[in-house]
Amino acid sequence: MNVAWFWALSAMLTAYAVLDGYDLGVGMLSLWVARGEDQRRMAVNSIGPVWNGNEVWLLAAGGMLVVSFPRVYASGFSGFYLALMVLLWLLILRGISIEFRNQVADPLWKSLWDAGFSVSSLLVALLLGVALGNVIQGLPIGPNGYFQGSFALLLNPYSLLTGLLSVAVLAWHGANYLREKTEGSLLAKAVKWSRGLWWWTAAMVVVVTMATFIFRPNAGRNFSAHALAWAFPLLTLGGLLLGLAYRSEQRNDQAFYSSMLLIIGLMGSAMLTVFPNLLTSTVDSQYSLNIYNAASSPLALRASFIANIVGMAGVIVYSTYVHRTFRGKVRMDGGHY
Amino acid sequence: MSEAVFAHRMQFAFTVMFHYLFPILTMGLGFFIAWYSTLHLVTKDKRYLDAAQFWAKIFAINFALGVVTGIPLEFEFGTNWSRFSSFGGGVFGQMLPLEGVYAFFLESGFLGMFLAGERRVGRTLHWLSGMGVAFGSLLSGYFIVATNAWMQHPVGYELDPSGGVRLTSFWAVLLNPYAGWEYAHTINGSLLAAAFVIGGVGAFYLLSNRHLEFARLSVKTAVIAGVILALTQLFPTGDLNGASVVQYQPTKLAAMEGLFQTQKGAPLAIIGMPDTGNEDLIDPIYVPDFLSFLAYGNIHATVDGLAKYSKDLWPPVELTYYSYHIMVGLGTIFIAEMLMGLFLLWRRKLYSSRWFLWMLMLTVPFPYIANEAGWVVSEVGRQPWLVYGLLMTPAGTSTNVAAGETVFTMMGFAGIYAMLSILFLFLVARLIHQGPDKSTPAAG
Repeated sequence: MNVAWFWALSAMLTAYAVLDGYDLGVGMLSLWVARGEDQRRMAVNSIGPVWNGNEVWLLAAGGMLVVSFPRVYASGFSGFYLALMVLLWLLILRGISIEFRNQVADPLWKSLWDAGFSVSSLLVALLLGVALGNVIQGLPIGPNGYFQGSFALLLNPYSLLTGLLSVAVLAWHGANYLREKTEGSLLAKAVKWSRGLWWWTAAMVVVVTMATFIFRPNAGRNFSAHALAWAFPLLTLGGLLLGLAYRSEQRNDQAFYSSMLLIIGLMGSAMLTVFPNLLTSTVDSQYSLNIYNAASSPLALRASFIANIVGMAGVIVYSTYVHRTFRGKVRMDGGHY
Repeated sequence: MSEAVFAHRMQFAFTVMFHYLFPILTMGLGFFIAWYSTLHLVTKDKRYLDAAQFWAKIFAINFALGVVTGIPLEFEFGTNWSRFSSFGGGVFGQMLPLEGVYAFFLESGFLGMFLAGERRVGRTLHWLSGMGVAFGSLLSGYFIVATNAWMQHPVGYELDPSGGVRLTSFWAVLLNPYAGWEYAHTINGSLLAAAFVIGGVGAFYLLSNRHLEFARLSVKTAVIAGVILALTQLFPTGDLNGASVVQYQPTKLAAMEGLFQTQKGAPLAIIGMPDTGNEDLIDPIYVPDFLSFLAYGNIHATVDGLAKYSKDLWPPVELTYYSYHIMVGLGTIFIAEMLMGLFLLWRRKLYSSRWFLWMLMLTVPFPYIANEAGWVVSEVGRQPWLVYGLLMTPAGTSTNVAAGETVFTMMGFAGIYAMLSILFLFLVARLIHQGPDKSTPAAG
């Protein structure tokens, strides 16, 4: 059950990265790629009806972490205190930027929220990458299971690299999403950006993979123990290669799947790097919080697993339906955004 | 209470009270949107569709703010109250992800479809998404109330010898006896607030002689729904929610009522100011024996006063007492006001009685105050317990977060929320000014 919860949480976070990933990517790019009101509005409309639902994945994953591994939630969230508060402020800024930009037909009003949307998306992607980097690298967790995470501690070289990887990957993912969703001059630019960002993504994947073995020497442990674990690095590689194959305009509708595969591969590899730990202590490995010593009681794990799996099955059915309703190129008639 | 504990409490109180301003409306308004959509589906009358679309726009702004201000609260369980999460996450945490999984996905997915409009998704699907939004908003409240109910009256757990609590029954937590009436009272309060907002906007249009058809529909909806809701707010939901307090939380009851001495045939204080030094009320007006009757259905019953308990188990008496009296006082005003409206509707004078329309417009903030005050009674009255009888509030904080950090982030929240308030009022005022006739705000 503990292992099942580990993978359920990983799946939730990966789904969040894939889904909110593209709207964070669109956000980052919108300021630079989309020029003029028509293109900007098309970019925002491409994610308008879905961004909120995408963010719910993070919220639900957070709730699941409380119930399954409460000590990890307690330690990680209080340790990352200031970083998480800044993340919250950015998420607030981002949400209202999307919702408010089209409420008033005034160019100054719109520029303000366009900038807010873009900058907050960029910083959210960076912060999430930095957080993941710190989780992989390990944290100074003491005997009581807690640590105090100042910015001086969190903004270390390895985590900054993973932060940049996150920015590059999500920007590429967002560009691919725009290729699927938009038309005309914005589409042409999205194709160009997607090609350029592929190189950045590939470079960062290589750099971070090498850095991981430097900063976490035992990173390969699970990969040498289980042959199946290689599926995730292979997915990463496959995503990159597909991205290369799908770089032409004829493949605009498929490009999105290449970055999706890449994200699944990267997230899975990251999870396998830490498994069975959730938060690794750099002080002493016996202080690490793993899927056994940080877990709820067996009954709590089982009950919540069933309750959430049943609910998520329903969510997947109607989310697919909602996404299908808005499939194809974004339409600019009426619309709220 | 140490500075750090105080800072954590203030930050949670501030962020939760600000957040709650938005769900108060959305939980109730979702129902009315679904109601108008259904009327439209059945009668094909375009008036109802216009009304549903107009309120959906107001809903959308409130929902967006509800979401962005709600995420901090979930985080704060871990950031500020980590020892509480560690203590009971496996038990109270059962409800937290379910809110996202069963309610928020539904709400956010279908709101996007509803806002996209009838032309885009088709009539039936549009109606269905309206129902999805309403159902999702009503359901989201339940899981949060059930989480809170566990803090009021913990059930379905056993003490873990290694510290904290362990789940013994998922269903006991989900169907906590405290949760049922607490939820009913909360949702009823929300619906009532939505009725007041609908009525207030309708009254504003009638008074300024605009959008008359929409205005009459709104005022009529508000008055009819308002009478029912104002009455059910008192009985059965308020009364039975109170019964849970009588049964499980004697110190909260005593603080709410300002009852210091244990008495047989305890009186009900209508007004009066609590004096915790002399353990008495200053300038009270009493209804003799009535508190005993309300609490136990018997005018001779004995009600425990605060003096029976050690002072360090008292909740902050003044705040609990005044919040309770404000809530009940406003609730009484709502009943009187809505009955007046019903009388005017019956006499066919509702739309022309300007004094009543003025009153309806100006009392829009009151249900918000009553809802917030009710939660202050519930949460402040629970002190000094974080989980009643099980975990004291100071034992739930994060010790690895300094008071200075919390004060810093609190200032950040204060600044951001001040900005949000201004934007919110500006945008809602703008939507109301544009009125229901305009199909899309500021398209392009």
